[in-house]
Amino acid sequence: MKVIVITFPGSNCDRDLGKAFQSSFGAKVEYLWHKERISGMPDWVLLPGGFSYGDYLRCGAMARFSPAMESLVEYHEKGGRVLGICNGFQILTEAGLLPGALIANKTLKYICKKVEIGSNYPGLEGNYKIPIAHGEGSYFASDNVLEEWEGEGRILVKYSQNPNGSLRDIAGICSVSRRVFGMMPHPERATLEHLGEMDGKIFLQRLVQLS
Amino acid sequence: MFVAKIKVKLKSSVLDPQGQTVRKTLNEMGYDIIPDVRIGKYIEVQIDTKDRSEAEKIASEVSQKILVNSVIESQEIEVLEK
Repeated sequence: MKVIVITFPGSNCDRDLGKAFQSSFGAKVEYLWHKERISGMPDWVLLPGGFSYGDYLRCGAMARFSPAMESLVEYHEKGGRVLGICNGFQILTEAGLLPGALIANKTLKYICKKVEIGSNYPGLEGNYKIPIAHGEGSYFASDNVLEEWEGEGRILVKYSQNPNGSLRDIAGICSVSRRVFGMMPHPERATLEHLGEMDGKIFLQRLVQLS
Repeated sequence: MFVAKIKVKLKSSVLDPQGQTVRKTLNEMGYDIIPDVRIGKYIEVQIDTKDRSEAEKIASEVSQKILVNSVIESQEIEVLEK
């Protein structure tokens, strides 16, 4: 497996994400600076968590105009698969690759804790204990989008107990193409035995096996 | 030179926890007359042109492209000559 992790100024989970794919799947990981373009067809392009461009204006707003993101759109059109975690999810919504937006948590607090998420998505069914770490993770979309996404089975994961005010408890979704995935929880932070939690590895294993 | 004064507001359907917290505090201070507070942002953009219609075009273009996220926000733009 070959994966590309895009690093923006302010990304801080890029190495964690790369290491998780390396240790879990033996993936060959390339870190791509946001000024560069994606070349070739890696199995996955990963958008890591962090605070790209200092979260200025809105989380993820500025990152979408980078050369790496422009080439990501082409990569997706050619059949590529994309996973955005936390800030990566925010970037994907800002770029219009996923619908909706992530807004300030209902509590106004930055929440950093382990939560339980559940999935009914074919191939991902089950519950997972995975950490979240975000101040702006409350998922918002219009009623039409929510109806369509729920009806078409494009909700990836939901919180068992909603921590942030996300509409319909949504923690992650996928695109119409079912090749762009975005989620606020951090599966890459639950992939090593000595860190105490392994559910993230199980989740990622199932995700990469989706056809 | 023109300056675009752009008010960005959260759409009414979007929860504004910041506004609600401020409203609660105002009510606790005795201002029962205030039933709601919404917090947005204000952006000033300078546009180096002598042509008003170009300035207006640029102001609405940059609002649409990046300054405002139409999923959650709406805007009011005022373009003034400096």
